[in-house]
Amino acid sequence: MSEEKPKLINEEGLRVDGRRPDELRPLRMEVGVLKNADGSALVAFGNTKVIAAVYGPREIHPRHLTLPDRAIIRCRYHMAPFSTSDRKSPAPSRREIELSKVVREALEATIFTELYPRTTIDVFIEVLQADGGTRTAGLTAAALAVADAGIPMRDLVAAVAVGKVDGVLVLDINEIEDEYGEADMPVAMMPSLDKVVLLQLNGVLTPEEFKEAFKLAKKGIMEIYKMQKEALFRKYRILPQA
Amino acid sequence: MGKIYVANRQLVKPGDLLAEGSDIKAGDYTYREDDKIYSSILGLSEVDNKQVSVIPLEGTPLPKEGDIVIGLIIGVGITNWVVDIKGPYKAILNANEALESFNPITDDLRKYLDIGDYIVAKIIVFDRTRNPMLTIKGKGLGKITEGIVIDVKPSRVPRIIGKKKTMLNVLTEMTGCNIIVGQNGRIWIRCPDKKLEKIVVKAIRKIEAEAHIPGLTERIKKFIEEEKRRLEV
Repeated sequence: MSEEKPKLINEEGLRVDGRRPDELRPLRMEVGVLKNADGSALVAFGNTKVIAAVYGPREIHPRHLTLPDRAIIRCRYHMAPFSTSDRKSPAPSRREIELSKVVREALEATIFTELYPRTTIDVFIEVLQADGGTRTAGLTAAALAVADAGIPMRDLVAAVAVGKVDGVLVLDINEIEDEYGEADMPVAMMPSLDKVVLLQLNGVLTPEEFKEAFKLAKKGIMEIYKMQKEALFRKYRILPQA
Repeated sequence: MGKIYVANRQLVKPGDLLAEGSDIKAGDYTYREDDKIYSSILGLSEVDNKQVSVIPLEGTPLPKEGDIVIGLIIGVGITNWVVDIKGPYKAILNANEALESFNPITDDLRKYLDIGDYIVAKIIVFDRTRNPMLTIKGKGLGKITEGIVIDVKPSRVPRIIGKKKTMLNVLTEMTGCNIIVGQNGRIWIRCPDKKLEKIVVKAIRKIEAEAHIPGLTERIKKFIEEEKRRLEV
């Protein structure tokens, strides 16, 4: 990789991978990919590939974490050592611990934890291949996995990152755009309820740009949400009709 | 005047708008936000006049008082057994709910039920703040000593029983097997011979896989007939 900043938007207004600024990467979603988990999902945003597994509600160990009035959610966001171009140490980094927390909080907003007191719902998110937007892909996969586990929730969660590169707002930024861009804003929502459950912003946006970026994110989220719904229903439609 | 947006037996996922209006009741696995009723789970919608509910396709329902469950003994204490009834909570079976007279000093509970034994039990108390309590005193309850026990998805139990037990009657009448379905997703099967047992298990697996596709009872009838012919029983 060159040290110089590459041109992120070409003369025709297209991005490094040939996308238009408001275009998502090709999406792939699959539900129920892990046999031993209660719920699981695989989500790919272009070259970003994430797998999520949900276990529970189940008994908590260690016992002292138990809450008498609701379930706790434990979440682990983790990047596989082979997910990046330089090997990543498998030990949880500061960044991964933070992302686990924000993803957990996003899920706490949607899951009806009060239905299962004294239990835990364990969510594991493993990044298999990282090319930008792993937390949003991870959260999208986690929400699918929770739904697949049959845990009551308010709505699915769909997430996408909006960035600003070479002065242009772009949807679903990838690794290069994140590295050399001016801003990165991951957004996660419960689309049917029109509620935001995660919003972060790295870099600088003017208030006008922020509003524009948020609108763009919402548009992307709606597309992702549609794919999530299809992925969930597909599991029950492809079964052989006797 | 409220409006219902879904048909009967339609696939819905969490967050799907089912109905609108304060005169419509939010049934199981739905929730109300303002005037709108949403699904909270992946399942099939059920519309009944002024009520919408969802039948889940995945997950473990919570134990209910009065449910008949099939439990697996996983621990033996001085005065009680710990029983796995699937799902998030472990159940407790007290010795006085199993034995007529019992003295903790002279009696060893392992003599009656040991780890690995299956029991048919009834839930007597459960309120989420404490683990469910079981009893095996009663007709049809007690230790399982013959036949086989299989595990199914708990969300498929209503389909295996069927409306007014239609499906269960098909299974028992066509094979001559004795089938007890635990609400927690375990099924106890006693058959006159091994071939029939195989057919019942296969039929139950088929119900499990196709629970959401209409016309299931007829398909299962045909399936059992074909299997019987194939295995010559």
